[in-house]
Parts: sequence; structure tokens; C-alpha cells
Amino acid sequence: MNMVVCVKRVPDTSESEVHIDASGKDIDKSRLSFGINECDNYAVEEAIQIKERLEGNVTVISLGGKDSDEVIRMALAKGGDDAIRLEDDAFAGGDALAVAKALAGAVKGLEYDIVFTGALTDDDGYAAVPVALAELLGVPHATYVKKVEILEPGKKAKVGRELEGGLMEFLEIDMPCVLGIQTGINEPRYASFKGIKQAAKKEIAVKSAADLGLDAADIGEAGSWAVLEQFTPPVVGEMAEILEGEPDETAAKLAGILKEKGLV
Amino acid sequence: MRLLYELDDEKKLFRKTVRDFSEQEIRPQVEHLWETGEFPYDIVRKMGELGILGIPFPEEYGGAGGDYLAYAIAVEELARVDGSCAITVEAHISLGTSPFYYYGSEEQKREWLVPLAQGRILGSFGLTEPEAGSDAGNTQTRAELAGGEWVINGTKCFITNPGTEMSGVVTLTVVTDTRPDGKKEISNIYVPKGTPGYNIAPKYKKMGWHASDTRELSFDDCRVPESNLIGKRGEGFKQFLDCLDGGRIAIAALAVGTAQGAFEESLGYARERKQFGRPIAAFQAIQFKLADMATEIEIARDVTYKAAAMRDAGVPHTKEAAMAKLFASEMCMRATTQAVQVHGGYGFMDEYAVSRFFRDAKILEIGEGTSEVQRMVIARELGLR
Repeated sequence: MNMVVCVKRVPDTSESEVHIDASGKDIDKSRLSFGINECDNYAVEEAIQIKERLEGNVTVISLGGKDSDEVIRMALAKGGDDAIRLEDDAFAGGDALAVAKALAGAVKGLEYDIVFTGALTDDDGYAAVPVALAELLGVPHATYVKKVEILEPGKKAKVGRELEGGLMEFLEIDMPCVLGIQTGINEPRYASFKGIKQAAKKEIAVKSAADLGLDAADIGEAGSWAVLEQFTPPVVGEMAEILEGEPDETAAKLAGILKEKGLV
Repeated sequence: MRLLYELDDEKKLFRKTVRDFSEQEIRPQVEHLWETGEFPYDIVRKMGELGILGIPFPEEYGGAGGDYLAYAIAVEELARVDGSCAITVEAHISLGTSPFYYYGSEEQKREWLVPLAQGRILGSFGLTEPEAGSDAGNTQTRAELAGGEWVINGTKCFITNPGTEMSGVVTLTVVTDTRPDGKKEISNIYVPKGTPGYNIAPKYKKMGWHASDTRELSFDDCRVPESNLIGKRGEGFKQFLDCLDGGRIAIAALAVGTAQGAFEESLGYARERKQFGRPIAAFQAIQFKLADMATEIEIARDVTYKAAAMRDAGVPHTKEAAMAKLFASEMCMRATTQAVQVHGGYGFMDEYAVSRFFRDAKILEIGEGTSEVQRMVIARELGLR
């Protein structure tokens, strides 16, 4: 089984204050720490587990600058075999479709049975890349995948999709395919020291848009259908109703509102 | 442009891995370990699987094939979350396992270094005695050859890692004879756990490092084969001094991590805690404390990494290791003291992590050579006698 995993380096905003930068189109990332997108971490683990069970090859791909080498190498340290990093000024400012075009350009040149991505990213959260990537590659896809069972290696898999309320939807999918992996599908491992040593020596192939045969007018901001205009902080207070009075009064008012809205 | 120095990819990835491991596997257990003093078997076993218990030893002997700098980084990251886990690793590598690696015969390496470096068993080193602390030359424990066996009698105290289910072996400094100059001939002999006459006392109750395994050991006509001698007879003093050079670098790293953990707690608390209508982080009195802590931690980290890199390069580093240990441990005491101060009354409460960091800090000025001994070592390296 030949597998490809797409990973993204994202800022960790869980425990930091987030400020919009001067451009109004991005956040100030200067004091943030970065790491692999959470879903992608599970996607890497899933690919490596399948490789360990059925043998094969795992290629790690990331779109980003040299900083992204860190998340690529960590995936290699855990058991990835090869790596490609897509770097070109022409990729800048792209939406989910443009990102998918770049990834598709890289994946097309590879033999693959499954392309894994995260179901969505922690930063932009479009959850559209796996779908767009599958369309561009002309292969089937499944998103929010929380279970993968290989029925026939290279041919057919059974996947479970996580729906609302913990409901699972199972479907059979032909390979090659694209699977958008949800967190919790497995337990991501820690890289061993030995794995890290090997990964530090591996070569990461850096490819430009031209290397992938992509037209600069069709990628990045130029090739996007959606263009980011502005970030705004959430407006405080507008939607909030402040209940006043003694605790038993406010509790009664709150209970009334919840009942009225059918929430209890 | 190239920085004067920068950690390479391997070190950065390794730091990230140990940090993730510490956050996800250790942090949820820290309070429980502190309160109960239970030895963290699950954590230690997982560290063995990742190669953390054998970082600076070659792969052919079961190690991870890393260097001393990687080892220092691991200890630092562990200490940032939990000192007990950090000292367990430190004592196992620097003291318990190093004698086999540096001085063991090929046979001893195969038998002991491999399982130690793989983290299947834990190692200990027995140097300190009730009457031989800083004055290690005053070792009283004796080993006499009789019928091809060493017969060992004596007591060792404050020994880390000997009494767990994973503990496998302790290396002891023992007096094997009197030298022609009248001084004691000190040699290193290892004793497997379970050897008759090797008695392990209950765990000490300690000010800090509650979950680490620290005990008194006594030897009562304990017999081991003559071949349990490590290196040559009479080399014990030289061997443990060299192991201690390495150990001091690791203790310095442990101090850097402990201070870093206390600093991060303080930074977070200062931003949240409001007094006089503002977060206390807005007051210069608190800002200056945090600025001083961050500055001193950075200096201590640099001197520690430098000493580790010197050890890796194989150049003399006795002075630098002592300097790193001295500065980092005393810095850690200052930093954790200020961390409690930033927290005010809450810092005195058990449930606030800074109270643990504060209590874990003190031993760093004592263990593996007190601050006073470090100053003696440095003075001697300066040519003062």
C-alpha cells in the first residue's frame, strides 16, 4: 500500500492571546508556538499503522516554508519514508481550493492508494481541502473519518465517518481515495530517539509550482475562488442578555428562557 | 547568516517529543505522584520504550545513540513538568549506567549496559555514606577478596533508584585495600539486586522529589564474584569523579527545567491574578521578577549546554560542568523563591505547582556535589590549592 499524508504547520492558539496583525488579514504570530495540525497528527499515525500492518510506503507532503520541515521531520521520525515540501511565492494567499491544487499537483506524480489529510485545520478550519483534493485527483473521498479498515489492499476499504451525536456512518470506498481523518481515530505515538536521528538525516524534496507543472495564474491567491478580506474580533455584548437581581430571581428567569427556547 | 550556535533539527525534534511526552503523559499525574510518592512505573517504562533511559549510549549497547546534549535537553524538559521523573532518569543514566559504559568490560556491557540502556532495568550508584558525603575519600564500606568473591560490608545512604520493581543493579564505591601512601584504595564493584546480604531500606520521606526512589542500602557479608569489579582495582575514585562531571551537567539541566517550569507558572499566574484592579503582571515589581528569572534561566541554560557540548567533543570540562551545576542550581533556588513570591499566599499552598518546584529546588544545591564542593572544584581548576 502506498500512502500519502498531507500535513500543515499551524500556530497553537489554545493558550495564547490572539491579536489581529496590521494587515487585518492575519493574526500576529510572532509570539505563538507552532506545531502539526491536530487532525494531521492522527492522519500520520493512521498511515503509519497501516504501513506497519500491510507494508508499503508513506510519503509526507506539506505546503509551506522551511519552518514546515519541523512537522515533516516529526512525521518521518514516527515512520514516514519520504517527504516533499511545496514552496513557492506563487502559493501564497490561497484558499482551500488553491491549497488542494498545489497538493494535487504533488500527489499526481506519485503512486498512491490512499491520500490522508486531516479532516480540517486548526487555523483556517475550512474542512474543504480533502474534498477538493479528491475532486482534482478524480478519486472518491470520505471526510471526518474515524475508522479505517482495509478490505483489499490497494482496492477497497471500509471507513467509518463520525456524524453528529457520536453516530457512525460506515461506507465502502474504492482505492485510490482521499480520507480526511478526524481526531481520536487512533493514539498518535511519540517519535523514538532512534526515529528522530534517522529523520534528521533524510532529504526533504522541495518543489516549486513550476516543478509540479502548475501555472502561477491558477494557484495561490490568483487561483482562489474565495479571497480573505478582513479579520474582525468578535463583537462583545451585542447578543448577550444580562440577567439582574437576586440569585433565586435570576435562576428563575434563566430557567424560563431555557424552557421557552426548548433547550431543557 | 549562521547563528553562533543553534540546536540542530535532531535536537529540536527531540526536545519537542520529550515536551509533548511530559505534557501528555506526566503532567496529568504530577499531583498524584507528589501526594502519594508512588513510583511512576508506567511513565518510566514508556520512557524506556522511547529510548529516553539510554540516550547517550551507543545503539549497539541498547542505547539511543544520542549525545550528552540531547540527554541534558531531555532532563530539562522532564524537570519542567516533574522533578521526580527527571531525577529518576538522571540518576539512572549518569550514575547507574555510566560506569558500565565508560569502564565496564565487554562482557559486563553485554550483561548490564544493554538492559540498562534499553530501560528494562534501572541502575543506581552508591557513593554517599553516613560518614562520607562531600568527603568521599572517607568511604567506610569495605570489600575483601575471599575465595574468588568480594565480601562487602557497609552502608550507603541517599541512593536513587535501588528499591523499585525495575531496579536491577547498584554500583558501589568500596575500600578494597590501603595504598602504599596510606590512603584508602577505592574501587567500584557492582551488586545485582537480590544478592544475599544486600539490604534495601524503606523509602526516605523527602522535602521534594516525592515520587523518586531514594533509600539507604546496607551490605552485610554480601558476596559477589571477583569479576564484578568495574575497571581496575583502585580506580574507583577516578571513575566516579568522571561520572560526576557528567552528572553535574545533567543536574544543571534539571535545575534549568525546574526553574523554567516555575517561571512559566508565574508568568501565567501574573497575567491572571488581579490586584488593585489590574493583573499583577502590569506592575513593575512583578515584571522585574519575571525579567530576572527569564534572564538567569537563559544564562544557566547556555552554560549547561556548553558544558554538555564540551563533554560530547571530548575536551576537558570539569570546570565548566561544576560552573554549570553551581550556577544553575543556585539560580533555580532564586527563581523558585521568586515564583512563590509572585504567587503570594497561594504559592505556599500544596496545590500550586510553584510550591512543589520550590521544594524540589533545594536538593539541586546539594546532590552530586554541594555548591561548596563545586566552588572547591572550580577553585582547584583555577590553580588554587
